[in-house]
Amino acid sequence: MADDSLLIVEGVHLIREGTEILHGVNLTVAEAEVHCLLGRNGSGKSTMAYMLMGSGGYLPSGGTVLFGGRDITDATMTERARLGMTLAWQEPARFEGLPVLDYLRLGMAEPSEERVREALEAVALDPAVYRSRNVDASLSGGERKRIELAAVYAMRPRLAILDEPDSGVDVLSLSDIRDLFARMREQGSALLLITHRDEMVEIADRASLICSGEIVMTGEPAHVQAHYCDRCEICDVAREVEEAADYERV
Amino acid sequence: MSVSRTKPVFTQGDEFEAIVRSYERAGGDGKNLLSPKFASMVVSGNQVLSTHELPGLEMVAEQLSDGVAARVTVAPGTKVELPVHLCFGVLPERGTQRIVSHFEIGAGASVEFLAHCTFPNSVEVVHLMEAEVRVGEGARMRYSETHFHGEQSGARVVPRGRILVEKGGAYLSEFSLTEGRIGELDFDYTVDVAERGRAELMVRAYGFGSDRLRTVETIRLNGAGARGLAKSRVAVREDAVSDVIATTEGNAPDSRGHVDCVEIVRDRAIASAAPLVRVTCDSAYVTHEAAIGTVNKKELETLMARGLDEEAAVDVIVGAMLKS
Repeated sequence: MADDSLLIVEGVHLIREGTEILHGVNLTVAEAEVHCLLGRNGSGKSTMAYMLMGSGGYLPSGGTVLFGGRDITDATMTERARLGMTLAWQEPARFEGLPVLDYLRLGMAEPSEERVREALEAVALDPAVYRSRNVDASLSGGERKRIELAAVYAMRPRLAILDEPDSGVDVLSLSDIRDLFARMREQGSALLLITHRDEMVEIADRASLICSGEIVMTGEPAHVQAHYCDRCEICDVAREVEEAADYERV
Repeated sequence: MSVSRTKPVFTQGDEFEAIVRSYERAGGDGKNLLSPKFASMVVSGNQVLSTHELPGLEMVAEQLSDGVAARVTVAPGTKVELPVHLCFGVLPERGTQRIVSHFEIGAGASVEFLAHCTFPNSVEVVHLMEAEVRVGEGARMRYSETHFHGEQSGARVVPRGRILVEKGGAYLSEFSLTEGRIGELDFDYTVDVAERGRAELMVRAYGFGSDRLRTVETIRLNGAGARGLAKSRVAVREDAVSDVIATTEGNAPDSRGHVDCVEIVRDRAIASAAPLVRVTCDSAYVTHEAAIGTVNKKELETLMARGLDEEAAVDVIVGAMLKS
C-alpha cells in the first residue's frame, strides 16, 4: 500500500475527558479506495472520524496522521479541508436560512450551477425542487442526509470520511448511495466509510475492524465483515468508550 | 415649522444622484426611482427631492425644519402592482432627520413599500421615524425597510410605529439593519389587529463594536380569529449589546399568535430576549420560542470541513440566520 497511500495513521492515541479512546490506531487508505471501517457502537469509529478531520477536542495525544505525504497531525479542520479531506457527520447540521444552492456551492473550488444540479441528481433529488429549499428543520432526516452527500460530492474531495451515511435512509435509497460512491471512486475520491450495512461493505475495496479503540483487522471486506458479524460483541470497554464519546449527543 | 408641498416632480441634481448611489449600496435599484412605472419618494435630510405617484396612490410630503411629514393614501380597492420605493437618507456626517408619516390604506387595497434608509457618512446622525398606519378592511400592506449605515457607527435610529389593522386586513413589516454599523437602534412597533386580521413583524439586526440595539415588538390580537407573528433575528459580536422584547396578546376568541426570537452572541457581546405572551380570552392561543447562544459547533465545523475558515463560516451562519 505504501506507494499509493493517501492517508496514513500511525500509532494515534486520543484522550477525551481523561479517558483514552484510541489506543495506538494504525490505518491506511489508498488513493481512490473505498475503505470500510466496521465496529460496534462505542468502538471508536466516530472518534476516528472526528480525529481525522481535526474536530475541536479530538486532536491526538500521540502518533501521526499523514495525508498526501504531509503531516497533518496538528492541522486545523480548514487546512485539512483545503488539502482535500472532508467529513459527513452521522447527524448532519442544519442551517436556518441557508439555501441548498448556497450550501452546495460553499465547498466547490469552482462553483457552478451545472455542478449543483449534477450533485443533487447524484443523490436522486430534483434540483428544481431542492436548490431553493433551506438546509434546515423543514427537511426530513433522509433528505438532509442526501444533501450532505451531495455537498461532499460537489466538493470533489481527495478523501471523504462518511460517518454512517446509510443510517436514516430507506432501503430503496441505498442503491442511489452505492451508485454515488461508485461514481466518486471513478472520479478519484477515496472514501472512508463507517457503516454497519452489508450492502455498503460489498462495494468496498478493503475493510478494517475497530474494537475498543484499536484497529484489530484489515483486509478483504467480506472476510472482515464475517469476523465482525460472527465474533464481535458489545463489551464493557465499548460501553465505556461510548459514554465518553459524547460529541453527537452534545 | 416651514412647510412646502411637493407634488410629482423629478429633481435631478448632485444630491439626488448621491442619494440614489447610497440607495443602490443599500440594495435598492436606482432605476426604479426614475421609472414612471414605480411610485417613489426620495428624501434627503429635510428636502423632498422627488415624488412620483400612480393612480389611486397619493403621496403628499411637507418639509419640516428637521425632516419631512408625509401622508400616503391608497384609495379603496386599489391594487398597486409594483412596489412603492421610498428612499430616505442623510448624506452629511451630522444631522437629524425626522420622518413623520401617515399611511392610510383603503378597504380592499393592496400595496407594498420598499423603504431604504442610507446614512453612509454618519458620525452623528439621528433618524427618527414616527409612523401611523391604518390598514382598512380587507386591505393588505407590506412594508420592508432596509438600512445601510457607514462604518463610522454614528447613527441613532429610532423607528416608532403605531399600526391599526382593521377587519380582515393584513400588515406585514420587515425591518433590516445588517449592513454597516448600527450605532444605536431603538425600535418600537405596536400593532392592533381586528377580527380576522393578520400582522407580522420581523426585525433583523447585526451589531458589532459598541453598537446598541433595543427592539420592542407588540402585537395585540383584539378581534376574533386574528393572527399575529412577532419575529426577530439578531446577531451581536465584539462589545455590542442587544435587548429584544417581543409581546403578543391574545385578547379575542380564536386569536392565534406566536413570538419567535433567535439571537447569536459572540465575543464579549451581551444579548437578552424577553418573549412575552399574554392571553385574556380562554379560546386564544399564543406561543413563544426564544433562543440565544453562540454559533453552533457542528454548524461551524461542517462549514470548516468544506474549506471555510472560522471567520468565514461564522459569517455564513450569521448571514443565513439573519435572512431566515
